Amino acid sequence: MKILVAVKRVAALEEDFEIRDDGRDVDPDFLNFDLNEWDDYSLETAVQIKEAAGDGVEVVAVTVGPDDADEVLRKCLAKGADRALRVWDDALEEADPIAIARVLAAVAQKEKPDLLLAGTQSSDHGHAATGIALSALLDWPHAAVVAALDFKPGSATALVQRELEGGLLQSVEVQTPAVLTIQLGINTPRYASLRGIKQAASRPIETATPQELGVADDALGAAGSHSRVRRMYVPEKGRAQMIEGSAAEKAARLIQIIREATGA
Amino acid sequence: MTQGILVIAEHRQQALRPVSLELVTAAQGVRGAFGDKVTVAVIGKGARSHESALSVAGVDELVFVETPDTEFEADTWEAAVTALAEELKPAVVLVAHSVDSMAFAAGLAVKRGWGYATDVFGLAEDGGALVATRGGYGQKLNVELEFPGRETVLAAVRGGSFKPPQQPGSPAARDLAFAAPKARTRSVAYIEPPSTGDIDMTTREFILSVGRGVGEQDNIERFRELADALGASLGCSRPVADSGWLPKSRQIGQSGKTAASCKLYVAMGISGAIQHLAGMKHVETVVAVNTDPNASIFTVARYGVVGDMFEIADELEKQLG
Repeated sequence: MKILVAVKRVAALEEDFEIRDDGRDVDPDFLNFDLNEWDDYSLETAVQIKEAAGDGVEVVAVTVGPDDADEVLRKCLAKGADRALRVWDDALEEADPIAIARVLAAVAQKEKPDLLLAGTQSSDHGHAATGIALSALLDWPHAAVVAALDFKPGSATALVQRELEGGLLQSVEVQTPAVLTIQLGINTPRYASLRGIKQAASRPIETATPQELGVADDALGAAGSHSRVRRMYVPEKGRAQMIEGSAAEKAARLIQIIREATGA
Repeated sequence: MTQGILVIAEHRQQALRPVSLELVTAAQGVRGAFGDKVTVAVIGKGARSHESALSVAGVDELVFVETPDTEFEADTWEAAVTALAEELKPAVVLVAHSVDSMAFAAGLAVKRGWGYATDVFGLAEDGGALVATRGGYGQKLNVELEFPGRETVLAAVRGGSFKPPQQPGSPAARDLAFAAPKARTRSVAYIEPPSTGDIDMTTREFILSVGRGVGEQDNIERFRELADALGASLGCSRPVADSGWLPKSRQIGQSGKTAASCKLYVAMGISGAIQHLAGMKHVETVVAVNTDPNASIFTVARYGVVGDMFEIADELEKQLG
């Protein structure tokens, strides 16, 4: 029994940043990277299934990204993944979520997992698309925004709770193998132990190119994408009136604003 | 050649979700450039029951697709939209960016070869092509997407981005015959969030909310006392509720409560994830305190303070006596 967990190295802007000369993205010098928050929860979900089963469950973390993405895979290894796999080719630089899903689908076809977990969305661009695009490419049953999961290895179905708007939950039975997109709060992700971090540093990270996995040229990167970024820009700041001064002056103004608004 | 705009209405537990009408307005903005007809489709058992609610200005035609179940099922919805698209050949398909569309829209775009964009809050035409605007890098930037070579584009539109039409209309109405596929998932039940006996945040007029910036559970009590001193009810963003530091009933946002009666909302240590903004951005007076001057909470705030929530709290406590 195998669980494949798709993870992403997400980017956050530094306080000061510059847009690239072509206007289509941020200059990467101004980005900080980390494991996507949602993926921390899906990895934990997989590791908990493995631990509950005793043995016989393999957890494989996979990411699509350049060399630097190894750091998020090491995090996954430190937290309990058995193997880590990274796929990259420079042609993927222009990939949208669907083109990323094409690579992940090729990995899934090779690895043949019984369950495939992905984060509901990523904290940088929040498309909420990759996992379900992947399910379509594999033609697998799927459920999105899963906030609770009951799955016994070997079972033909999984019982999930989808988190709907307003906190309403929908209990859904899904045939397996399935793709599930995992929501925040499904569990409490563990911290990696010092020992785990140390061991992960020396463990191998398997690598492959999309070509080796059989992704065709016309499905690769921009060619396999269903959208293209035309422009990125800083939005109007809206109507916020910024309050300046010392902390005491700011607090005094806040009290004044609160008293005016509440009529107190 | 594709033409026209297809809107997929969304409903749950027999009620039309308000975003369905916002999609009708979104469709008006791209009308003309992509054909003049706006068709709104309702998928589900008893789809006709939503006819009067959807008979608004800007809708040319309503199409009802009967399915075995009243409630959403991903495989069924995907097949129903496919059937609609094969008949209508639309240039633009609009769905809500919702938990339900997250379960089928990306798959549909893959299988149909459609252009695809999610969480879209702006739609425009430029040189005969559709341009969709969404957020990037945690909503700190706006991103314009284009869809080269795609005859049909599927856009999932963010709730609250467009105002619903105010005028009634009299669209044509018909049924579309549809044979539902064998579904691979089955809706078992809905589970209402547990009633905790806690205060109802939807009725509160003054809310002070804390976010990830609060740091740890031990700091919650202090902000509860500060809220009390100010006459506010203490709310929170998702990470605080997920950590169990405050009950889920205090969480403001898409999967929590909407601050429906709120007139004054003070957000401390909340960066402003779009899911949180969905529950409070309508509030008349929003005051935000955050260390990050680029935090997206400042895009919806009326007053902003760049600063440490603990330092500001120190001063507030001191000055309130």
